Amino acid sequence: MATVILETRGLTKTYAGVQANTDIDFDLPEGQIRALIGPNGAGKTTFVGMLCGRIPVTRGKVIFDGRDISGLPAHKRITLGIAYTFQITSVFAGLSVHENIALAARRAGGNAARVTETLERVGLADRADQTAGDLSYGHQRILEIGMGLAQSPRLFILDEPTQGLAESEVAAFKTLITGLKNTTILLIEHNMSVVMETADYITVLDQGMTLAEGTPDAIRANRAVRAAYLGTADA
Amino acid sequence: MDFGPHLMLAMLEGAVTAAILALTAMGLSVVFGVMRVVNVAHGEFYMLGAVIAWFVASTLGTHPAVGFVAALVIAPLLVGALAALIDITVLQRIGYDPERTIVATIGLLYILQQGTLMTFGPDARPVAPPFNTRLALPFVEWGENGLALYWPWGLSITSYKLFVTAAAAVILIALWLFMTRTRAGLIMRATQQDSAMARAFGIPVAKVYALVFGLGAALAAMGAVLVVPIQQAHYLMGGDPLLLSFIVVIIGGLGSLPGTVIAALLIGMSDGVISVFFSPTLAKILATLAVAMVLVFRPQGLLGKKPQ
Amino acid sequence: MNRPLALHLVVIAALAAAFFVLPDYHSGNLARIMVLAVYAMGYNLAFGYTGLLSLGHALFFAAGMYGLALSMQHLSLTAIPALMVALIASALVAGITGALALRTRGVAFMIVTLMFAQAGYLTALYFVQYTRGDEGFVLPQAVRQIAGVDLSSAMGRYFAALILFSVTLLIIGALVRAPFGRTLIAIRENEARATMLGYDVQRRKWLALVASGTISGMAGAAYALLFGYAGASFAAVPYSIFPLLYVLLGGAGTTLGPLVGAVFMFYLIDLSSGVTDAYMLVAGVVLVLLTLFLPQGLLGTLRKRWVPWLP
Repeated sequence: MATVILETRGLTKTYAGVQANTDIDFDLPEGQIRALIGPNGAGKTTFVGMLCGRIPVTRGKVIFDGRDISGLPAHKRITLGIAYTFQITSVFAGLSVHENIALAARRAGGNAARVTETLERVGLADRADQTAGDLSYGHQRILEIGMGLAQSPRLFILDEPTQGLAESEVAAFKTLITGLKNTTILLIEHNMSVVMETADYITVLDQGMTLAEGTPDAIRANRAVRAAYLGTADA
Repeated sequence: MDFGPHLMLAMLEGAVTAAILALTAMGLSVVFGVMRVVNVAHGEFYMLGAVIAWFVASTLGTHPAVGFVAALVIAPLLVGALAALIDITVLQRIGYDPERTIVATIGLLYILQQGTLMTFGPDARPVAPPFNTRLALPFVEWGENGLALYWPWGLSITSYKLFVTAAAAVILIALWLFMTRTRAGLIMRATQQDSAMARAFGIPVAKVYALVFGLGAALAAMGAVLVVPIQQAHYLMGGDPLLLSFIVVIIGGLGSLPGTVIAALLIGMSDGVISVFFSPTLAKILATLAVAMVLVFRPQGLLGKKPQ
Repeated sequence: MNRPLALHLVVIAALAAAFFVLPDYHSGNLARIMVLAVYAMGYNLAFGYTGLLSLGHALFFAAGMYGLALSMQHLSLTAIPALMVALIASALVAGITGALALRTRGVAFMIVTLMFAQAGYLTALYFVQYTRGDEGFVLPQAVRQIAGVDLSSAMGRYFAALILFSVTLLIIGALVRAPFGRTLIAIRENEARATMLGYDVQRRKWLALVASGTISGMAGAAYALLFGYAGASFAAVPYSIFPLLYVLLGGAGTTLGPLVGAVFMFYLIDLSSGVTDAYMLVAGVVLVLLTLFLPQGLLGTLRKRWVPWLP
């Protein structure tokens, strides 16, 4: 088994007495594409928010690359090699597409070549000079993924990246993700075709707790998961 | 005067300050609470209230009480209507964006203040109080026969100042009843909770905002009408009430109505007491810095609960 | 040479030529406007580029002004060391203010900075035996010189103001094109996103505010040195509003907006003060009209509509 790049122990978040996440123990081996699924309100965004430091933990530990990062502010975690895309698209709306990518690349030590390469890779090269806020919704989502790629992260966390994308864009996304080398991916996703086709392994959250973990096939066959989640869609 | 009577006098004066401040700050607080905007021109609505009171009283020119009562009705109505108009023509058009609202109301501050300078002039003008009997007050001392009452020289208050405190209390109670017991108050509070939801339920949010902005300004004007027989009307008189109202609203927790009243009492009383014993400038410096620190380290206010 | 730099050099050359072309009255005004524009450029760095809407920059302007004037008046320093004192004083005040005020954001930041500046103004009034309060004090003509150049003469004053203006313009022009400046703009555009790209947003905002406050302080010091007067009214609320007004009018986040805004406002107020004492009325009307109809300011609108490369 590959080395574990990210693990959590007893990770818990309480909002005004309500437990959003309860004692989550999570291990993510290096190089894996992991999908995080679960019904709405299962605590997925809270969980990844605690991983990258956007949400302060109530209790528990986050260990990245063998180092306890629970006490680090978000920006320091990012510089260790984590990238994060927001659930609601978040780009620098007033700046050009090129500038958006450059801001991401520069902080991660990337040069102009990496910016050009990233623009090509996500197919935004011909729109590099457009103002990001003028792009279509789908292109803004792609731009945000591009910003993540430009950081050359070791761990890339994506919060519902395909939401609102057209069929063809979803297909392009799948190719992009599966073609990444040297990057571990943690993907929150509702689109089951994306999950089943890209993920090596799946973690199911329900009511703030880990309900099940396993390969796509195992999860598909899991009764508890069906009951809690797939049940509504598959039955 | 001894320390005891001196302190009591300071507290009585402080109660008057606190009463006016509670009204003025309540206006700012209601506006912030419902509309989530900060009105920097609030002090100028106060000033306009005082200036209109002078116009009304000097135009009627009969018994001071007639002019005063007329002013107490007319000034808040006029100022409230002006504020509602400003809300519709300016604030509504910039979508109540918090920062742009502040910039726009800074502009309004200067328009109202300088407009008053051009029409009303640079002089301070008095309004006669409707009644003004001086009431000497007793104090206790430990004499030969145990506790005894005596009347220290200089320890007195006017009947008008007592009236001001009572009137402010009545207005605040009326406001509280309005907000909690009437349909209009209920609509305002629903809008405060969630303006999008309120709109979905068919509440005319734009009208509610204009009304709330008018109400906030009218409260400041009422405070000013009450204060003008003590203080005189002047075009620059809006600065201090604005600053003090800010302080009160911040300490009381932004938008919290009970917090505003308690903080107004606290600040008003201590303002009177502090200025008796310290240099007023030093007291203001310390108070201003202290309030800035509250905003920095406890933004929910001293009395507010920490949001979680 | 790139276009923005060329434009800046043209503006500087035009200002230098203006001294020999304009009548005395207007070149005198222009010297004052250039110093006020430096103040507004400092303000623009915080507000226009980093998105920090401060209502308390008079605190920094006054820190520089008093840093220079008090040290010349009471410690008998000459101009250069006194400018150093002004630089340190305004950087220090901005550093402390920033460390505290930047814990807040948005409306709270506006109010906190307003209150710090008010405390500064009251402090100037409180130490009336040194500052002479609102009345202020005059710096004697004899001490207002650098390396033998008389800064109270029309020419000395004008070119000293121009040098300060040019240096500031070129520094800011370079800064906002450098990675640090681009990051500030990114913070203005989307703070959460900048954080999640690994930028230490808090530290950069603080650095921007210190730079902004220091430039504003240098403008304050230059004002005292060139016009020979320091008074508490420069620390009062209107002097926090003026740079906001200039920047909003000229165009927030444009390098030349502060100058354009300062020129327009100065002459607008100058003209109206011939008609009425209530000259701040003009400032109020302009503020309201700008927020309603021209939120991007003159140059901001120009850049958006016609000249996209405008720095």
